[in-house]
Amino acid sequence: MAAPQATGAAGARKGLWAWINKRLPVDEFISEQLTGYYAPKNFNIWYFFGSLALLVLVLQLATGIFLTMFYKPGEATSFDSVEFIMREVNYGWLIRYLHSTGASAFFIVVYLHMFRAFLYGSYRAPRELLWILGMLVYLALMAEAFMGYVLPWGNMSFWGAQVIVNLFGTIPAIGPGLVEWIRGDYGIADATLNRFFSLHVVAIPLALLLLVMLHLVALRRTGSNNPDGIEIKNNLGADGKPLDGIPFHPYYTVKDVVGVGVFFVLFAIVVFFVPTFGGLFLEGPNFEPANPMSTPEHIAPVWYFTPYYAILRAVPDQRLGALLMGLAVVLFLFLPWLDRSPVKSIRYKGWLSKLALTVFAVSFISLGYLGLQPAEGSYVLLARIFAFLYFMFFLAMPWYSRIDPVKPVPERVVYHAH
Amino acid sequence: MAENVVVADDGVDLSRRKFLTTATVATGAVGAAFAAVPFIASWQPSERAKAAGAPAELDVSKIEPGQMAIITWRRQPIYIVRRTPEMLAHLKGHDDLLKDKDSKDSDQPPYATNEIRARLPEILVLIGTCTHLGCLPKQRFEAASAEMGAYWPGGFFCPCHGSRFDLAGRVFTGSPASVNLRIPPYEYPTPGKLVVGLDETHKGAA
Repeated sequence: MAAPQATGAAGARKGLWAWINKRLPVDEFISEQLTGYYAPKNFNIWYFFGSLALLVLVLQLATGIFLTMFYKPGEATSFDSVEFIMREVNYGWLIRYLHSTGASAFFIVVYLHMFRAFLYGSYRAPRELLWILGMLVYLALMAEAFMGYVLPWGNMSFWGAQVIVNLFGTIPAIGPGLVEWIRGDYGIADATLNRFFSLHVVAIPLALLLLVMLHLVALRRTGSNNPDGIEIKNNLGADGKPLDGIPFHPYYTVKDVVGVGVFFVLFAIVVFFVPTFGGLFLEGPNFEPANPMSTPEHIAPVWYFTPYYAILRAVPDQRLGALLMGLAVVLFLFLPWLDRSPVKSIRYKGWLSKLALTVFAVSFISLGYLGLQPAEGSYVLLARIFAFLYFMFFLAMPWYSRIDPVKPVPERVVYHAH
Repeated sequence: MAENVVVADDGVDLSRRKFLTTATVATGAVGAAFAAVPFIASWQPSERAKAAGAPAELDVSKIEPGQMAIITWRRQPIYIVRRTPEMLAHLKGHDDLLKDKDSKDSDQPPYATNEIRARLPEILVLIGTCTHLGCLPKQRFEAASAEMGAYWPGGFFCPCHGSRFDLAGRVFTGSPASVNLRIPPYEYPTPGKLVVGLDETHKGAA
């Protein structure tokens, strides 16, 4: 009795599945992109952060959609509507803290994802465009985060917007007119807030989704790099599959799910117990409404911008400071061509490259710390030293990466089964 | 296949086709550029914002010597300081510490392009946003104060990035700001009555 029924059901599903696949290549997509996509078998902990970034993007979109239902952009309404969400909307506090913590989590996983590329030379040929698309995602993310921080219309929102928008005023000739155009008023005003809202919820998320999709398409074309920096496509088995590769699904989807679990534990701890993270994720002055007549005691951006902010403040000339701040970001784009090392991975690079990367990481974190401190005395001196080291990591790279004593790279990836 | 190539070579004038393609793309691009104008222009200050940027007035005779009043004009704080003779005397003697002592690279009306940077020596009118990145510089009027150092002639200090200005709004070397504090257009239609936003060249609300 049971057997014919089961066959019938399976047959019907098969029929429907076949009907769909004739019209939409679902099976083809799964076999090409997931079960038939071979990734190197020697991925380590650094390879969690790409999928986590995608997870946080989805989280931000979902929580953002719900926040938009309750938030009212406007000089007179923004601050109050955020308080309304926090106090009166059911679980509004949770949705907002998920969104605000998600913003910081996004930068944490993206910075770790980028550092992975630094470690293993993932930006090197043939992945230059993959790297550049990723950098464009990072730039879009910075714009998204900045405009999102303006929306609650707290006093740090206001003054942060003032400082960042005025950076465009340092551009010769067109600067002042450009600033007025961005603001839509003679100061940061209702017009500014509303256009930032539109960009934050519509324009930039669309651009982000497009860029992330292109980033993934470019990844599928070149395939993932790995901790050894060896192209697995150079060692194919008799079946034409890479000998050092394993199908993305189920092997890495299962691995990534474990990463998601660990991530959510840490994420929940922050959301429920330290949502402001001691003023790092949500700053104290932002719990006061925007006041154009009162600057907060000292203006510091949210932590993910502070390395660049420290560079801006370290320079005793306004235009040069803004220029160097921009250069500090733009230099990342040139990394594939600055690195002249014959090997990709840090595992086979010499002491010179290892030292340079350590100095860079220390400089970036130190600048991040200094960007949170007032711009006085020894803090400024230290910021200048670390800014110099930061730039030297990039600018001296063509030289030190070439003379660096590298180790021989093995034929096949190094992998020890557990 | 071979026939097709011959036909293409024979029958189709490729330079004509290329010209038409280029002309179509160029026309389309011009149309797109014109279509973009209203969207870009929509970001300019609205008529309401412009109307709200009307001139602001203050009776300066009510400010005590050495005191500062703040009014808003176009969403910017305007600092109005009644300088004492001592304060004015302190404007001299630190020329070598200033980035732009003659205000050559700074933004001010012609009648304020002088050492005192004002129409009347005792009344200083400034836009109270730092020329670095727009924070509000704080009053540090006491000369040689413990906080600011022995050289300090009195002036303004920006808490955000540490820019320092003297009592004519001139920036000191070592500050991240590159130019002096800006001075808005202003005039005194009757003695003691200050109007910010109007002068010989700025008539009306625009």
